Amino acid sequence: MATPAQEHSHAHDDHAHGHGAHDHGHHEMSFWSKYVFSTDHKIIGMQYMFTGLAMGIIGAFFSYVFRMQMAYPGHHVPLFGVVSPAEYNSLITNHGTIMIFWLAMPVLIAAFGNFLIPLMLGCDDMVFPRLNRLSYQIFLLSAIVLIASWFVPGGGFGGAWTAYPPLSAKSQYNLTPMGSSLWVIAVALEFIAFLIGGINFVTTAMNSRAPGMRMFDIPMVVWMIVIASILFMASVGPLIAGAFMLLFDQLIGTGFYDPVRGGDPILWQHLFWFFGHPEVYVVLLPAVGIVAEIITVFSRKKMFAYKTVLYTAFGTGILSFFVWAHHQFIAGIDPRMANVFTATTVLISIPIAEMMFVFVATLYGGSIELTTPMLWALGFIAEFIIGGVTGIFLGSSGADIYFHDTYFVLAHFHYTFVPIAVIAVFAGITYWYPKMFGRMLNETLGKIHYWGTIIAFNGIFIPLFLTGMGGDHRRIHNYDNFPELANERMYFLREFATVSLVILLFFQFIFIVNFFWSLKNGKKATANPWNANTLEWVAPSPPPHGNFAELPNCYRGPYEYSHPDREQDFWPQNEPA
Amino acid sequence: MQKPIATTRSATTIPTGKLAVWWVLASEVVIFGGLLCSYIMHRLGHPEFGDYAAHTNVWLGGTNTFVLLTSSYFAVRAHFEAEHGRGANAAKWLYATVGGALMFLVIKSFEWTHEIQEGLTITKNAFWSFYYVAAGLHGLHVIGGAVIMLVVAADAKKNKELQRVELIGIYWHFVDVVWIFLFPLLYIAK
Repeated sequence: MATPAQEHSHAHDDHAHGHGAHDHGHHEMSFWSKYVFSTDHKIIGMQYMFTGLAMGIIGAFFSYVFRMQMAYPGHHVPLFGVVSPAEYNSLITNHGTIMIFWLAMPVLIAAFGNFLIPLMLGCDDMVFPRLNRLSYQIFLLSAIVLIASWFVPGGGFGGAWTAYPPLSAKSQYNLTPMGSSLWVIAVALEFIAFLIGGINFVTTAMNSRAPGMRMFDIPMVVWMIVIASILFMASVGPLIAGAFMLLFDQLIGTGFYDPVRGGDPILWQHLFWFFGHPEVYVVLLPAVGIVAEIITVFSRKKMFAYKTVLYTAFGTGILSFFVWAHHQFIAGIDPRMANVFTATTVLISIPIAEMMFVFVATLYGGSIELTTPMLWALGFIAEFIIGGVTGIFLGSSGADIYFHDTYFVLAHFHYTFVPIAVIAVFAGITYWYPKMFGRMLNETLGKIHYWGTIIAFNGIFIPLFLTGMGGDHRRIHNYDNFPELANERMYFLREFATVSLVILLFFQFIFIVNFFWSLKNGKKATANPWNANTLEWVAPSPPPHGNFAELPNCYRGPYEYSHPDREQDFWPQNEPA
Repeated sequence: MQKPIATTRSATTIPTGKLAVWWVLASEVVIFGGLLCSYIMHRLGHPEFGDYAAHTNVWLGGTNTFVLLTSSYFAVRAHFEAEHGRGANAAKWLYATVGGALMFLVIKSFEWTHEIQEGLTITKNAFWSFYYVAAGLHGLHVIGGAVIMLVVAADAKKNKELQRVELIGIYWHFVDVVWIFLFPLLYIAK
């Protein structure tokens, strides 16, 4: 290993060299090589972020269309038209698929991971920059395949994001011969992109830390992204195999999921959920990491129980491999097995609850600054707890038999996934925006956006808990066909949810305006506008190619705020004692 | 493109390339692991799979096991030569390993042609679906490994990137190990 001194002189040469090339390149480097085929981790992070957010807009539009159908069945939906049952199925399927695989994963893991890992570890790039670019290219291809799947004859796949066979395996059942295969291919490509990216993240975090940075000096968000990448790697394999088996069942008629020929449709459910439940924590942990960073910085206090949070995350990761069958309580699994999975499922709420309590303990006695990112972080804790608590009911096999596939389930997991894929994403974007673009976001617009989103979000899903308990099943296209569910009270709740959704979507325009307006007109950001300790704030805003003028050394942990011996209330990791 | 400084750092003292190869193998283990666990669960629930397995050709499968193991030995020799800085010799051993891979594939195609002609196709039942998909996925890894080995050998010949000889060797042993699981599960367990 190079000593710090050697490395620095190396870095200097490199930098000088890089500058030369850069100045040179300013005239020669085309738009394409700078922004499209770049190997720079920051650009790749941006590519992931903008692709993910664009897909998120499509997913949000889908939710608008089918919520309108729920509240006003059979009516013309503005910007879409009348929603047929097949279109409805396809919309809900692709809404779920997009929000998890093409919004939460690319933005939380790939975008923040790419942008933050090298910066926070104090190095100049990922260890495999070209592999990194390949990862994004495969991801982009997967998004294109998914979008293409909506426009083929028969339309997009409509067998739910869980794609249970035999519905997903046989085109005479799902009536989307091409759409369902393209859907599987898109998902499989997406998995491969994230496997490649994840290997890069983990290797970078293991090997490329700044000299002096020990394991417990790594910022929490980096830890969380790395743990998430490992969880993903360990859980997705069987589903990659399962996805190919499904594809072969669809295309060449193999018998993996066909009981007549010795196959088993339940096999898919096991493979899917063996991945699907760790996947919840794959997206949750990076969100928790983002929240942890923000809460600590804006409490101006040392993070409470750093190691506990870390060990808790390891524990959650391990436990998350033993809960998958709680999705299958009514799939005909052995009731004795259901008891075991009830116990593990209720157990896993403990580490997560602990993390939330630890964050509250960090807040306690802190000098709290209610900036926009801090509001989002606090909102995450408040809303996620509702998701967690309602999960207890569903994890218990007895209660789940009643609640299974109702809107109660739907409201529950939206109270976990919206905090993850929306609230934590906004927290992260508003917090690192100055670093990413060198400008500050407008705080007033940010706060209006925050309150509009949070209040409307609760307006959508609290009524859906009620309709779920009232018996609304998740996959019904038109409740007018179910007289006992088509009464005025239920329609009031459905309408309330839909109107809240429209309000929520409206408030997102404020964010979009703020985002693009601030790019040009925002206040210029200093290198460290939040007075934070972690190494990304040592680099200029935005960081140039190669990130740091001189690669930093690390002297202490990331959360030394309000240290009694210091005048300043922060103590950057790179400052010698 | 210049290598970033990040690539040259080694906080774990394990070279970055080797670390990455191990992570690749870890992710491959779960892909094959998932497939094989699915197969084993089916096998336990369906005694008739044993009768289907009786139609496989143990002799050809056994020969292929021998061929792959021998090729792994060649990969070890290549690593030995590379460690002593003899790139040209390392390349020769790598070509021998690729030869083993080709022989494996030739025997495999002969075997499959025969089985398909007998009507034992991938769509016949779940056993044959597993048989072709598991062995096919493994075969793809053999092809991929051989192609990468040719690239590594071309560099090694010029004494460039000799550390890669070891990395592709690790991968090749993994391909070998997967076959060692597949062979008894698909051919012998009747």
